[in-house]
Amino acid sequence: MRKKRSLVLVGLSCLCAVTLLGGCSSVLLFDPKGPIGEVQRFVIIAAIVLMLIVIIPVSIMTFWFPRKYRASNTESTYMPKWSHSATIEFFMWAVPMVIVAVLAILAWTTTHSLDPYRPIPSTEKPITIEAVCLDWKWLFIYPEHDIATVNQITFPVNVPVSFKITSDTVMASFFIPQLGSQIYAMAGMQTRLHLLANEPGSYAGHNQQFTGTGYADMHFKANAVPREEFQSWVQQVRQSPEKLDLGRYEELAKPSVGYHPVTYFSSVKPGLFEHILRKYNPTHSKHPGPMSRGPVSTHARTDVAEAN
Amino acid sequence: MFGKLSLSAIPSHEPITMTAVAGSVVLGLVILALITYYRKWTYLYKEWLTSLDHKKIGIMYIILALVMLLRGFSDALLMRGQQALAAGGSLGYLAPDHFNQIFSAHGSIMIIFMAMPFLVGLMNIVVPQQIGARDVAFPFLNSLSLWLTAAGALLVMVSLGVGEFSKVGWSGYAPLSGIEYSPDVGVDYWIWAFQIAGIGSTLSGINFLVTIMTMRAPGMTAMRLPLFVWTTFFTMVLVVWAFPVLTAALALLTLDRYLGMHFFTNTLGGNQMLYVNLFWTWGHPEVYIVILPAFGIFSEVVATFSGKRLFGYASMVWATAVITILSFSVWMHHFFTMGASPNVNLFFGIATMLIAIPTGVKTFNWLFTMYRGRIRFTTPMYWTLGFIVSFAIGGASGVMLSIPSADFVLHNSLFLIGHFHSVLIPGALFGFFAGYYYWFPKAIGFRLKENWGRRAFWCWLVGFYLAFVPLYVLGFMGMPRRLAHYADLTWHPYLLVAALGAAVIMLGIVCQGIQLLVSIKERRALEDRTGDPWDGRTLEWMTASPAPVYNFPKIPVINEIDAFMDMKEKGIAYERPDRYSDIEMPKNAPHGLILGGLAFLFGFAVVWHIWWLAIVAALGILFTVIARSMDDDIHYVIPAADVERIENERYRQLAAVAK
Repeated sequence: MRKKRSLVLVGLSCLCAVTLLGGCSSVLLFDPKGPIGEVQRFVIIAAIVLMLIVIIPVSIMTFWFPRKYRASNTESTYMPKWSHSATIEFFMWAVPMVIVAVLAILAWTTTHSLDPYRPIPSTEKPITIEAVCLDWKWLFIYPEHDIATVNQITFPVNVPVSFKITSDTVMASFFIPQLGSQIYAMAGMQTRLHLLANEPGSYAGHNQQFTGTGYADMHFKANAVPREEFQSWVQQVRQSPEKLDLGRYEELAKPSVGYHPVTYFSSVKPGLFEHILRKYNPTHSKHPGPMSRGPVSTHARTDVAEAN
Repeated sequence: MFGKLSLSAIPSHEPITMTAVAGSVVLGLVILALITYYRKWTYLYKEWLTSLDHKKIGIMYIILALVMLLRGFSDALLMRGQQALAAGGSLGYLAPDHFNQIFSAHGSIMIIFMAMPFLVGLMNIVVPQQIGARDVAFPFLNSLSLWLTAAGALLVMVSLGVGEFSKVGWSGYAPLSGIEYSPDVGVDYWIWAFQIAGIGSTLSGINFLVTIMTMRAPGMTAMRLPLFVWTTFFTMVLVVWAFPVLTAALALLTLDRYLGMHFFTNTLGGNQMLYVNLFWTWGHPEVYIVILPAFGIFSEVVATFSGKRLFGYASMVWATAVITILSFSVWMHHFFTMGASPNVNLFFGIATMLIAIPTGVKTFNWLFTMYRGRIRFTTPMYWTLGFIVSFAIGGASGVMLSIPSADFVLHNSLFLIGHFHSVLIPGALFGFFAGYYYWFPKAIGFRLKENWGRRAFWCWLVGFYLAFVPLYVLGFMGMPRRLAHYADLTWHPYLLVAALGAAVIMLGIVCQGIQLLVSIKERRALEDRTGDPWDGRTLEWMTASPAPVYNFPKIPVINEIDAFMDMKEKGIAYERPDRYSDIEMPKNAPHGLILGGLAFLFGFAVVWHIWWLAIVAALGILFTVIARSMDDDIHYVIPAADVERIENERYRQLAAVAK
């Protein structure tokens, strides 16, 4: 673990020196605010460091060999027939193989531990948010609170958020860079994503998969707030005059041009999310479709939302 | 009568588009007027457009590629300009739908109509000469491939002024590309342009596979083939395996769009994930289709200009074979974020990493070819050295993306754009440029000016880093690709640098244009009278520059790798044969050109639902194919006396040079 940390530090300082002209805070992937993003930062930095094992010698040789063996330098050895060396060839196959083996182990462990379908172990009960991609905005439904919002989510800090994601239009991708992983939203299919913010803040989120004309306006704010503040936010949403019944939903689902302002709905038609899924997959409740993998176990507990 | 086509299809309200249309039309008219003025129509038709000579077909392919490079690069400039301006509240000068068309056209053109014709063009010029053959196996098919590719390119160009091009990206993801979400003709233009050119590519693939398998000179066993021939071989294996998948995927999408079927729609059991899988089953091998030939070119260039045998020839061949096989087992890394299980993602992720092994081996092979060599710094060598470092960076970023857990934050960001441009620009385009400089004297007869070539190289290299390093950073900053405008001002400075990079690359292209003009002007001084301007190692340098139509008066016998170098060392390179014999060569034929024209008409007609024209064009295609198959008189004989006359002239020239 100590080694891991120092590797991270070395990599980080390298990167900061090279790329971060504007300071670390705007480089979102290196400023994660949750456990998923933190591991992903480590993976990226570890991969960069491992890759430097190849890039540095290649770069040196690309400058050094042509300089040393330039035609005008008649002092250097010239062996026009020399074209094979078992030793060199052994190392040129073996070194990349070892690097790839290390990377594969890294990939294996982290891909399993960061599986977006895997609930995040926590003593807190997760909160469920259903995200629906519409042209061109995000609708978020809080089934446990019977409220909905457009282009904004708020959730308590240090509480796992269990996202259920689908689309009522073309394929999109739901992404909050500072919290970690993105996942596609597809009509008639439900994908899952588990995230957790361990620091309060307002984080940028957006669609990361091109969806046509209004794609650039599909961004939203993800606010991680202390628990009390979350409760008062829920109350605030419940004050909204807007209610999300089927008629209002159909109106909302129509393509909108430009950034859709944040909208609160004080109540939601029960089962709206399922209704959207069944529009495209009428048998969704019986045959949930290809991307609805069964519950992925954590070590400690099962996701309460999964059990529903 | 005209289906969906009406005058309103001309985008007269778009000043940028109309300027581009007017520019293209005026340029086209000027070229046509010049041809007419100099009375070159007959010459052009007889010597070029109907030619079945692989060398001339190759040159025409490369002209097409260079024209389309200009078009694709103009799109790139517009995109970089837009993103440099459309920050904060500004929407820039391109409406989102126009911007979407431009990046869709940029990707489609650069892959299908720039890279593909460029590499097939180089193969055409070089491969038959490298294996000691007089032509490809199916010369007529070769001409057909060229004209089908040109027909596809013409469709893309026409979409600029008549209707619109696709707005859904070069990959045309369903259901966005379906009729429900894209009811306009743009996607249809994209489909038919890809289909027509794709058939041309498949035919090229078959052609070159058969050529390499059956037409090698005696003694040219597998492990004596020049590396470029090997990479061509594996490339064409990929083409033959992969392109039919694209053809099928597009055909299904066509059924969805034209006949209301539901292969990839949201509703009625359609499966959008199927489209994505099919597209990348072709799309990933396609990346290696454009890169492997460039690997071959680098191998030839580095051996020639190091004055040394290629290091680790067998390793190189096997590495290429491994890449070929593995390239079919990695397509899912384009969509790790679709929600598949970790084990599925890991299979494709680790397979992707494995490709880094043979690729790394190749890099070290090139480096050790220079080791203990005598390196001459010609323009092709500059491109090769620029490639090695840049490609190592591009490859490393690719390995990062291959780790599924990291891809979950990097996918579809500008990091991805940085990655594949730093693989494809150094890995493919730099290779094609190296090949263009390297084989230009062989194809045309004179060398290109070195000074302008070096200027072009430095502009390209510096511009490339300026344009794409910021994109890596922007990816880490969380910026997605394909944004027509954005609110986050912290991204802005990086996009300004990227735009500057594109401008520097433009200077590089200007240098290349100047270089071509200056070289034509000074062609006497730059003339290659030996046929071997670089002290070459492989057979293509044995022939005159440009080679006579039959390439080799007598098919050479091969005893070694680097056959021509071997002959030069033994002093038998320029031995006169005892006697010459008659040579049978394919006659020129207009059918390829006609079929290309009809395929274009067919494509245009189905895009606009002009059914009568589509039927007429289809019948025309059928009739032309039958007419060609009925034609038995497809060869002509060059008498031995003529061969002797041509060869005597060559020996006189060689003797004059030797003095």
